[in-house]
Amino acid sequence: MSHRYLPVTEKDKKEMLEAIGVSDISELFSDIPESVRFESELNIKPAKDEYSLLRELNKIASKNITSTTHSSFLGAGVYDHYIPSVVDSIISRSEFYTAYTPYQPEVSQGELQAIFEFQTLISELTGLPVANSSMYDGPTAFAEGATMAAGTTRKKRIVISESVHPQSLEVVKTYCAGQNIEVVVAPLDGTKTDLTKLDELVNEDTGAVLVQYPNFFGTIEDLEEIERIAHKHKGLFVVNSNPLALSLLTPPGEFGADIVTGDTQVFGIPAQFGGPHCGYFAATKKLMRRMPGRLVGQTTDDEGRRGFVLTLQAREQHIRREKATSNICSNQALNALASSIAMSALGKRGAIEMAEANIQKAHYAKEAFKAAGFKVLGDVNFNEFVVKLNKDVTEINDELYDSGFIGGYDLGLSFDEYRNHMLVAVTELRTKAEIDEFVERLGEYNG
Amino acid sequence: MARKDASPLIFERSIADRFAYSLPPVDVETKDINSLLDDKFIRKTKAELPEISELDLIRHYTELSNKNWGIDTGFYPLGSCTMKYNPKINEKVARIDGFATSHPLQNEKAIQGSLEIVHDLQESLKEITGMDEISLQSAAGAQGEWTALMMIKAYHEANGDHNRTKVIVPDSAHGTNPASATVAGFDTVTVKSNEKGLVDIEDLKRVVGDDTAAIMLTNPNTLGLFEKDILEIRDIVHEAGGKLYYDGANLNAIMSKVRPGDMGFDAVHLNLHKTFTGPHGGGGPGSGPIGVKADLAKFLPKPLIIKEGDTFKLDYDLPQSIGRVKPYFGNFGIYLRAYTYIRTMGPDGLKKVSEDAVLNANYIMRRLEGTYELPFDQHCKHEFVLSGSKQKKQGARTLDVAKRLLDYSFHPPTIYFPLNVEEALMIEPTETESKETLDNFIDAMLNIAKEVEEDLDLVLEAPHNTVIGRLDETQAARKPVLRFEREDIIEEKK
Ligand SMILES: Cc1ncc(COP(=O)(O)O)c(C=O)c1O
Repeated sequence: MSHRYLPVTEKDKKEMLEAIGVSDISELFSDIPESVRFESELNIKPAKDEYSLLRELNKIASKNITSTTHSSFLGAGVYDHYIPSVVDSIISRSEFYTAYTPYQPEVSQGELQAIFEFQTLISELTGLPVANSSMYDGPTAFAEGATMAAGTTRKKRIVISESVHPQSLEVVKTYCAGQNIEVVVAPLDGTKTDLTKLDELVNEDTGAVLVQYPNFFGTIEDLEEIERIAHKHKGLFVVNSNPLALSLLTPPGEFGADIVTGDTQVFGIPAQFGGPHCGYFAATKKLMRRMPGRLVGQTTDDEGRRGFVLTLQAREQHIRREKATSNICSNQALNALASSIAMSALGKRGAIEMAEANIQKAHYAKEAFKAAGFKVLGDVNFNEFVVKLNKDVTEINDELYDSGFIGGYDLGLSFDEYRNHMLVAVTELRTKAEIDEFVERLGEYNG
Repeated sequence: MARKDASPLIFERSIADRFAYSLPPVDVETKDINSLLDDKFIRKTKAELPEISELDLIRHYTELSNKNWGIDTGFYPLGSCTMKYNPKINEKVARIDGFATSHPLQNEKAIQGSLEIVHDLQESLKEITGMDEISLQSAAGAQGEWTALMMIKAYHEANGDHNRTKVIVPDSAHGTNPASATVAGFDTVTVKSNEKGLVDIEDLKRVVGDDTAAIMLTNPNTLGLFEKDILEIRDIVHEAGGKLYYDGANLNAIMSKVRPGDMGFDAVHLNLHKTFTGPHGGGGPGSGPIGVKADLAKFLPKPLIIKEGDTFKLDYDLPQSIGRVKPYFGNFGIYLRAYTYIRTMGPDGLKKVSEDAVLNANYIMRRLEGTYELPFDQHCKHEFVLSGSKQKKQGARTLDVAKRLLDYSFHPPTIYFPLNVEEALMIEPTETESKETLDNFIDAMLNIAKEVEEDLDLVLEAPHNTVIGRLDETQAARKPVLRFEREDIIEEKK
């Protein structure tokens, strides 16, 4: 054996080559044209032993400033939340994490049932009857909502609010460009969608109206009003939503949303430098057969036992190929499992308690900023809000690192009109002392 | 294993007032929630999340895990999926706090460690694929395909070449290839395979033209066969003005043997969750980096991660970029595993990986040919495809053979794919399996062939030893039940 992962010994190799009927391994590669064979050695670093590699990687990791080393007031789509210890314990079971997609249901009931439970949890939170087994992330799920709506309504124009996550907007634009769907952006009114302008922009040709709830600025959009605008001309209403907030807020499904998407990172998934997180996709019954991604359905075996299978696969790429409703194949199953475990650990009561703690602490922080003389934008918020500063936010954040804080998102990076504005996130993990000190430090650096 | 009762759903285990969490105290002054939120935004019916104690939660999922099959459970020769060992050091690295709790939207100075990994992995993948630039952003193979096709589209459009509306895909291609072409706004044209299982050159000449945007090829193809005419294919497509796209989900056979870039491919995606040991997680997450030649580089998704001196930076200065395809920087957690793997193997190790993967596949293939029909009799690469046509004539379909394998404690191969082989059984052993495991699998396959002849019902009624029997998929699709409904709700609806 030459490597601990490679069990073939020289003796094995000899026997196997003999059984194959060749004398040298190179014969198995003889169909590669000689002129393009790679004959030299790959110019990558030499192999390292387990201990030394771990040490090296730990050292690289220690160059990062993280929510472990600092107290973080940064969210903007990726949040520092409580992760129950049970989550990592269960997703570390290799029966889950070393399995492929459950193609053989008789030996995949564990995964299939876990997905069925995930679908139920998402359905409960969003207020829509059908949820799939996961998408790559919130923004790509949102983008697939846009293209699916345009496809269903056969109207190649969507209107999206500028108050969505700027990276969601970018991803939606890229997906729509591929399918020649026109993307119209409805402008902001402060930290919310300008409803008058939105109303003007939505017309007969509009396949969908897309908003985020709570929006990128942490503000709660008026879904009642937007639903009316979205449906006025028979377009679909697509809402991207933080599922933690939905344990407390009226779900978009109850406001008449046709498609609800989002990211379950808030439930049990660490930041991991932005991924893997976990997109979700929920829709009305009517749209079920046009949904992207895998769906798990309940059925019975030959003796009447309840069991679960992948179902309605006639939508998917491996059956429908170029006519599939989406090209998605691998999804984020393990992250969906992590979120299911976190949602179940919190349960009916804990999810609400956690969401309320976010609102309460964010509200406290907002008042503390006001009391310290800062201008705070936005009215009704979930766990994020906007603070106006006198200086460049990125520069202030550099100084905050030295005091042990990760400051909020520099809105000037995404919105010209919000230069020197910080998007502050306050989750249930921040203590009163941390909030007070953060406000104080920001006051100092702000001058 | 033997039949077991269905496990209760977690909702059926729910008992009011139980819980499994411990939140930090709300140590700030609180307000009545009704004063913070407009009444119409306060949820009136609570979401029915389960209520369960911590131990019961653990037992629920442990019970489910015991009804699941992973690589650590046993042999998993699922063709096209590269179910190789998922090293444990990788999991440890992914959980280092400095990586796991790194936020993507910080100032560059706060994310130097994460950017270093991204950058170094890009460099390694450039070398392994022979491409000029790499973007790691795409979340999985399918998204990588679509990303690169969007770039190819942008390339042709930038050249004023607006009529290149078609993407050529072999009949043996993976389903995501044509689906990604559609999502990128192209029409798909199929090119036939010849009697050797390779792209039919004459048919290719027939379908290629000035409307060709690209051809998507997997090489070795999904039959596990190396497209030995690749240079001729390259010339035909390039001469017509099209680009060559490489579906690198099957890279496991050719590392350090031949590089897509050297074969003339213009764009490639890799599945880090296959060749580079990202665990499949029961369906994901994956990671589908793309590599491109220099002339496509200006269309890469934003941002690029570059190195200046000793500092790692984000480069947004890409005016012709197709835009962003994924938030933040892609599935970083999978990069950590792939990077750790590459560093664990080194250049010699990766070469040996491909050699052993090919050795193992050819060994099984030769021992099973004859008993099962081998439609294409040539050396395979990391996988091969058998046909169950002989067994079908004797009354057992490939599905039955697959189900019977479960009784022998093997995960079945990929079945009924690729589509151009009747009753296909697609077998990919990978390099991390020992000869004893292969021999046991071979014995099981040979035994099953005998059972088909001697005791057909045993095979048709399989699996016998699994926790559950064959499931009624027709019923599942006809009246879809896609979520749990509480009894009382079901009652109300009646
Ligand atoms: C040959 C081939 N191409 C593409 C894909 C798609 O990759 P993914 O599932 O990561 O989207 C796969 C795997 O499913 C594959 O085997």
